[in-house]
Amino acid sequence: MTEIAETHSAPAPSLTTRLEIVPLVLFTAFAAAPLLAAYSGAEGYVLSLLTRVMIFGIAAMALDLILGYGALVSFGHAAFLGLGGYAVGILASHGFEDALIQVPVALLASAAFAFVTGAISLRTKGVYFIMITLAFGQMLYFLATSLAPYGGDDGMTLASRSLVAGTDWLENDFTFYWVCLLCLFGVYALSRSIAASRFGRVLRGTRENAIRMEAIGFRPFRFQLAAYVISGMMAGLAGCLLANQAEFVSPSFMTWQRSGELIFMVVLGGLGSLHGAIIGAAAFLLLEEFLPEILHTLSFFLSEETRSHLAENWKMVFGPLLILIVLFVRGGIMGLLRRPHHG
Amino acid sequence: MTATLFFVQALNGLQFGLILFLIAAGLTLVFGVMDFINLAHGVQYMVGAYLVAAFSTWTGSFGWALLLALPSALAFGLLLEALVFRHLYDRDHLDQVLATFGVILFLNQGVKFVWGAAPLSVPVPELLSGSVEIANGLLYPVYRLAIIAAGLVIAALLYVLVNHTRVGMLVRAGASNAAMVSALGVNIQRLFMVVFGFGAMLAGFAGAMVAPILSVEPGMGDNILILAFVVIVIGGIGSIRGAFLAALLIGLVDTVGRSFAPNLLRLVLDPAAASQTGRAIAPMLIYIFMAAVLFFRPSGLFPVKR
Repeated sequence: MTEIAETHSAPAPSLTTRLEIVPLVLFTAFAAAPLLAAYSGAEGYVLSLLTRVMIFGIAAMALDLILGYGALVSFGHAAFLGLGGYAVGILASHGFEDALIQVPVALLASAAFAFVTGAISLRTKGVYFIMITLAFGQMLYFLATSLAPYGGDDGMTLASRSLVAGTDWLENDFTFYWVCLLCLFGVYALSRSIAASRFGRVLRGTRENAIRMEAIGFRPFRFQLAAYVISGMMAGLAGCLLANQAEFVSPSFMTWQRSGELIFMVVLGGLGSLHGAIIGAAAFLLLEEFLPEILHTLSFFLSEETRSHLAENWKMVFGPLLILIVLFVRGGIMGLLRRPHHG
Repeated sequence: MTATLFFVQALNGLQFGLILFLIAAGLTLVFGVMDFINLAHGVQYMVGAYLVAAFSTWTGSFGWALLLALPSALAFGLLLEALVFRHLYDRDHLDQVLATFGVILFLNQGVKFVWGAAPLSVPVPELLSGSVEIANGLLYPVYRLAIIAAGLVIAALLYVLVNHTRVGMLVRAGASNAAMVSALGVNIQRLFMVVFGFGAMLAGFAGAMVAPILSVEPGMGDNILILAFVVIVIGGIGSIRGAFLAALLIGLVDTVGRSFAPNLLRLVLDPAAASQTGRAIAPMLIYIFMAAVLFFRPSGLFPVKR
């Protein structure tokens, strides 16, 4: 009770308006980026990097919906990326190249997979849930590696991006960027309204105390399963986009390391704030992209050979950085933004 | 022909299962006693393999390399515990997963940094090279038999250690209720360290043993880690007995499934389709098996915690 009283005390209104600024700035930045990209000199590179950021933003947000609001640590969410990607790839190889067919199929497949695996996984709790979702993810990964007609281990290259109602709009990188931004915004708006609805409150209540929720007449299992299915479909959509962005699908979409990265994006951004997941995805991918260069620049006092050696082994810095973030940055980036007002 | 093939595959499965057990034993204890998810357990297996590779080029003898690798693996495990893991025991599982994920990234790149990205190979020790005839006309490599023997010996030692010694009693007590053990005046921090170091050494030993038959490469611990998790989840977290049975089951199901799934499917499908679906289904078998076990027994076959 005291905690609720605290959050509603004097600084609260300014806090909420301040935090609403974050998504506003975020989406404005995404909308302005293509215009600014023209001046960067490497337009194509900037666009494709930001498109990837948005796609992983969708996937991370999907995970945040169950991880942040439901405390369901799914360690197999990359499987849905793969499902979406393979739906595009497999359908395209059979001549169904239109996104209006591919996307619904991908969403249905993701929903079906989420429903079946969710129904089994949600019977377990805690660590067992982490492990069983991991196992289902691995199952799909190995299935993909053995799909010889669709490239097996090596994956398959798409002949072109998906058509939209027979037109090849998506071939244009700018159009594709806007489509991704639209999807990102759509998923964000949907997730926000889900989180704010009665459904979302039940989910949060279950996170805090499942037994109490049951005592007041809810069946937590149903809510968690529904959330899991919704989250899986969103990640499946991200998979469709990712396949189109790379024009390539492979089992590497759904390695367990990828699932781990998704969790890290969500935690890095800050659990349970949705736009935090987008920021986390952006921070993660940009760090991954630029860390080699940053290291190279920062180590200006070393010899050229050591510098390139350091840049090449950037993961040896990335790993410890991850550990330090987990140990010392509680609440992620959103937590850092929030902190000054609590002091 | 199929009977002998089955026998050979069963032996391979047993060998694989015992290696899995060596890794899973440490993992399940760390998990059970400290309630700590250690994703970095797989890299300890990798480090064991690399250590043996490095020491065997240095000393020229596998035996000496193994003798040197074991204390090094132990020391390395304790170093990791002191540097990183100790700060994570009272964090939630999510933080533990992420921080140990960072350790994996670091060490996978670290071995690349030190030993290069190319796989290393370790020669099979002279004494254990070659094959023996175990049935008429059936040859089986001696080294694999040695792995089986070593695995069984370690399993027996672990059984005695856990069930008939004071430390073992504390470990078992810790697995079912660590807070109570601490309240009774046991130095739980030291117990954690012992369990952790021991687990790291077992994983290192497993890596060292398979180094001559597998290629030693960065990331070799990643996939086996997942299998070890499958094993401890099926066996019940914190249960050595469960880990042993589950490891053998998984080893057999995986090895035998891979070679026989296509053959079995041939009974119902035409050969081409059978071999294709067989190859697709075989690697999924253990995960389906795990899902089935958890469906009926949500906390594994031998749950320790109540």
